[in-house]
This record gives sequence, structure tokens and C-alpha cells, in this order.
Amino acid sequence: MVTVAKDNQLVAARAALEAVVDPEIPVLTIEDIGILRDVRLGEDGEIEVIITPTYSGCPAMGMIALDITVALERAGISKHHIVTQATPAWTTDWISPEACEKLRAYGIAPPVKASTSKRALFSSVEVACPKCGSDSTERVSEFGSTSCKALYRCKSCLEPFDYFKCI
Amino acid sequence: MPINPELHSDYLLRLADSNLVLGHRMSEWIGKAPTIEEELALANIGLDLIGQARALLAHAAKVSGDGRDEDALAFLRDTHQYRNLLLVENKNGDFANTIVRQFLYSAFAQPHWNALTRSSDEELAGIAAKAEKEATYHVRHSSEWLIRLGDGTEESHRRAQNALDNLWMYTGEMFESDDIEQAVIEAGIGVDPSTIKPQWDAIVEPVLKQATLVQPEDGWMISGGRVGRHTEHLGHMLSDMQFLQRAYPGQQW
Repeated sequence: MVTVAKDNQLVAARAALEAVVDPEIPVLTIEDIGILRDVRLGEDGEIEVIITPTYSGCPAMGMIALDITVALERAGISKHHIVTQATPAWTTDWISPEACEKLRAYGIAPPVKASTSKRALFSSVEVACPKCGSDSTERVSEFGSTSCKALYRCKSCLEPFDYFKCI
Repeated sequence: MPINPELHSDYLLRLADSNLVLGHRMSEWIGKAPTIEEELALANIGLDLIGQARALLAHAAKVSGDGRDEDALAFLRDTHQYRNLLLVENKNGDFANTIVRQFLYSAFAQPHWNALTRSSDEELAGIAAKAEKEATYHVRHSSEWLIRLGDGTEESHRRAQNALDNLWMYTGEMFESDDIEQAVIEAGIGVDPSTIKPQWDAIVEPVLKQATLVQPEDGWMISGGRVGRHTEHLGHMLSDMQFLQRAYPGQQW
């Protein structure tokens, strides 16, 4: 266990949090996915970690909070707390293009941008197969293995796959 | 305009309770749904609803400041203290009944959350922004099923129409308001639910038409859930949902 001087704490905290990944999608860090909103020094001198939940009922949020605590403790930062912030609401638009590529390489079709509007309610989006790239896919179920995913099947290579839903 | 914290908190409980009760109803399908994909869907919808309810209950607890937390509100309130709509406490019944109930509620919840994103209560507005998007998926899921059931076989049509006829009398309550509602509307926190009716109609009517179902006439509407007058179904549901905390107070995972 190392002890970090106060002025370096913020830098150390940020570095430590860069390694925290989403437990459901371990190829993405919580920064990649947009859950980690800010790391700052609070008025009380404690490190303040601001996170925003993805889906309201996402069961991974408890695990993520625990992983953040462990990462900070390991970096020698004992005084810290997590603030869960609801506004602005998390959206898949916060997933960076690089992170979308990581998702695709991992076998999850990344969210198709800007399909969250009510106008898209009764229309379906075109989701490309993350394995073979074909646009000929079909939705098997709107709800998949986690809150944030839908289940699709590729009609070209016949592989089933997860699609990260827009929200 | 400042508002009495008790009224503010009670309004948040109304929003939370409908979601919590319906979320629990969805969880009752686990292990019994018609297909594995549908089981995942119903469970995920339940998860969204319970997640929204948790955020609302935690906020209600903070606003009231009476020392109760979200768990105490969910597990230690009795039937007459629950503020949910009567529609959502209806038993699951058959699959058609579950889908019709979900559709009628989601078609209200989605535009209602949308309106609440403009609430002067910032925490509520944030919860609403997330809930609105989730509800959009719930509307779509239940619409697709309703069309498939209504415009399906003779039996699925009959069951969907029965469910619709039985549940219609619970729909009026969604658009009612009372003094508590008026107080939060004046404070800019709440939304007048009667203003949601045209949007609800705009979602419900075309789907029923496509599902070849007959929209029931508006007749006598039952209400009372928001002031704690419930049907016999809620008590049975709570006895199951609250069992652990009642039998082992303060127990944690």
C-alpha cells in the first residue's frame, strides 16, 4: 500500500480509474462507456467520483461502485466517495466511436446512433452483424442477456449476437 | 412556489409504487414465461420498472426526511399505504392479460415520463429522462405482442379481447388528479395526468385497430389506488414480496 500526497491524489485517482472495466462488458472501461462522468476533489478534500447509471435497473452498478472503491484503495487513496448523478441521463451517444469498435470486435453490435426518438418507436433499425458485417439480420428479442442489450441473429452467417440497444 | 415535503414525497410514492408493483408482477413470470426470450423480456421490463422505482423511493425518502430509506418504503408499508394505480396490481392472469396490462400502462407511462422531464424537481426530471426511454421499449414490446395476439389465432384473439374488456375500467384512474396532484402541479413538480390522455389515445387506438381488437366503451372507472384503497390482489402480492423483511426484520444479503 502506497500513500499518495494530497496534490497528487487527483492524478493518481484518475489513473486508477482508467483500469476499471464494466463487469458485463470487460473490453470497455467505465470511462469508455460513459458511466464515469468526473473525478474531482470535493470541498471536504476527498476524492469525488461521479457516476451515472446506464439503465435504471442495471444490476452492475453495485459491482461498478465496489470496483471503483477497490481501485482507489489499491492506489492508496483512502478518502473518497461516489456520487450517483441522474441528470443528465446516460445515453448510448456517450459511448465513443473507439469504444463502439471495441464492442464490435468483442462480438456485440454497437448502438446505431440517434434511434432513441419516439419516431423510431415502431420502425426497426438496421443492425449489422458484428461477426461478418452483413446487414441482413433479424431481431430475436428486444431484451437480451442484460438490460442494455437485445438479441439478434445474422441471416447471412447464421450467428446469434447481442446488440447494444440505443437509449 | 415552495411545497409541503409531505405532499411532494407522497407524489413521488405514487410514481414509485405503480412501477414497483408492476415490476414485481413481471418478476412473477420468471420460470413460467412461454419462451426463454420472452422470459428475458418480461424480467428485463421488471428490472427497468424496479430500477425506476428504487430511484423514486430513495428520492421520496430524502424529500420526506422522516428517517425511512427506500427499503423501508418498499418492504415495510402495508397495503393501505401503497399509492399505486389499481391497474398494475391486477394479477398476471394469462399471457394476454399481462401484455394488455403492460401496454395500457406503458402507453401512459411513456408520455407521462416525457412530461416529467420538465419537472422543477431536478432529481425527478433526471429519473424521468431515463424512464421515458426505457418505457419506449416497453410500449414497443407490448404493442408488438398485442398485435400478434389480437390478429393471431381465434384463441389468442379471444384472450386478448377478454383481457382488454376486463382491464378497461382501470384505465380512467391514470388520468385523474386530486388535491395532492394539484399541489405538485402548481409547484411545477408534477404533471396534470389528464393532459396525457390525448397522447395515450394516440398510442392505444392505432395498435388496437391493427390488432383487430374492439376498443371498449368508456364506462364506470374504478379508482382509489392513489389514496390507498386497493383491490384484494395487492395484499397477496405484498405478503409474498415483503415476506423476508417481515419475518427477519433488517435482514441483508
